[in-house]
Amino acid sequence: MLEMEICKKLDIEKIRRDFPILKREVHGKQLVYLDNAATSQKPESVIQAISEYYRTYNANTHRGVHLLSEEATDKYEYAHRKVAKFINAKSYKEIIFVRNTTEAINLVAYSWGRANVSKGDTIVLSEMEHHSNIVPWQLLAKEKGANLEYIEVDDTGCLNLDSLDNILSRDVKLVSIAHMSNVLGTINPVELIIEKAHNAGALVMIDGAQSAAHMPIDMQKIGCDFYAFSGHKMAGPTGIGVLYGRKSLLEQMDPFLGGGDMILEVKLTESTWNDLPWKFEAGTPSIAQGIGLGAAIDYLTEIGMDAIHEYEQEIVSYAMSELLNIDGIEILGPSSELRGGLVSFSLKDVHPHDIASILDMEGVAIRAGHHCAQPLHDKYGLGASARASFYLYNTKDEVDLLINAINKAKGIFTF
Amino acid sequence: MDDLYRENILDHFQNPRNFGKIENPDITYKDSNPLCGDELQVDLTFENEKVKEVKFHCKCCAICKASASMLTEMIEEQTKDELKNISKEDVMENLGISLGPVRIKCALLPLKVLKAGIYGIDKWDEEE
Ligand SMILES: Cc1ncc(COP(=O)(O)O)c(C=O)c1O
Repeated sequence: MLEMEICKKLDIEKIRRDFPILKREVHGKQLVYLDNAATSQKPESVIQAISEYYRTYNANTHRGVHLLSEEATDKYEYAHRKVAKFINAKSYKEIIFVRNTTEAINLVAYSWGRANVSKGDTIVLSEMEHHSNIVPWQLLAKEKGANLEYIEVDDTGCLNLDSLDNILSRDVKLVSIAHMSNVLGTINPVELIIEKAHNAGALVMIDGAQSAAHMPIDMQKIGCDFYAFSGHKMAGPTGIGVLYGRKSLLEQMDPFLGGGDMILEVKLTESTWNDLPWKFEAGTPSIAQGIGLGAAIDYLTEIGMDAIHEYEQEIVSYAMSELLNIDGIEILGPSSELRGGLVSFSLKDVHPHDIASILDMEGVAIRAGHHCAQPLHDKYGLGASARASFYLYNTKDEVDLLINAINKAKGIFTF
Repeated sequence: MDDLYRENILDHFQNPRNFGKIENPDITYKDSNPLCGDELQVDLTFENEKVKEVKFHCKCCAICKASASMLTEMIEEQTKDELKNISKEDVMENLGISLGPVRIKCALLPLKVLKAGIYGIDKWDEEE
């Protein structure tokens, strides 16, 4: 009870006013946006930060000595510091801006993987990974003759860590797993996995695409070597994502892309690399987007990541209990305490696409498909599933609208 | 939009025409919609250059299944040349609904499978 009082409660009405799009109507109905795991909506402050850059100090970074360029450089660099603080990295030098989670993982697979993985080595993933945390490693494994092993997902939608112990007895170079599954919602025990992997001499990369937006993330506590996430899923713009890397590792790594901004000195025969993190940010960066991400972080921090996480768990637990009242619903993944704010489900005899289309007519936006996690759906013998995913602005009333719409879909398909 | 699941679509979904498989087909082809993993197979036999029998089966949504069912009705007794001339517009007109860029792929998967089965996937790519 005491804890409840200490915890900052969210002022949902105010939060909803901060997101202009939530006023929108869809097919004549009030928008109920429950596709946040795909991408989140953006608050006014983020939209303003981006527009302010273009309106008042648009210039290239790191290149001009004129005032506009200095302002742009300052703001863009400062966004790195905001991210570093947000995830408790030791320094902004450990924060590399990329386009998205996918690019961050590819950067590691390319720059670290090519230099450190050789024939016969093993890279460990899990059966619940997003395609972006599978395909880059498949490419690397193919090039190097390395093996991929997958930590099993058990019937409850959690990782089977016994299977990890077995795998770690091989020559494992890297373990790369999702902090939170975008299909099952499972929050994985990454600290335990990292401890096991480090004891076996392997590095660990965490795909934080679904977690960084929704819960407090602390690099010192988690102890991973690389961490990746996307700005667009955390109230920020598209086109900007983050790779966190341990400084000692990033220093040893060769660049990902070559070009302007990432060099110290270019001679005709060879070049030397710029300091971190710029060594990994070749070419003109996504300046407005980086600044926009900084604004998103300010927004989320002001509200509090603990409060956001707690609120979303309340919503998802309510949604799950309401969903289970519908005859024929099957929920994928674990109980609400073990998951973040999303729930995937199937409805007997109604294809997820048809559910999503009928919900859309009611103004309710959800995702239907394999959510870029085909191996997981194959495992469960499902072609596709429907997914409702929540964020800080969603309400229990919206969950009720979701449930009504699902009942309507059921009605249409009851012959 | 509200009549996406109108009666004729639900009817074809619930009672699909020509649903099933053919034992020894002259042509069989299967493909999937990469966006959702849905799968559809079409089997055909020909007699005197015309479609003698057509069957389909699928693991797919109502729009895709209804579209396949209607397509199989449409092509009865047609020659290969006639099949080649069926357009996306024909399929959409038959369905009688309008769909966005994502769900239109559901409606067109049956035609894609049919055409790829008859004259290879490359031709479809050109049309797309
Ligand atoms: C778990 C997970 N990993 C990776 C990604 C890829 O993110 P992005 O498309 O922003 O690169 C996503 C989002 O779609 C995701 O949910």
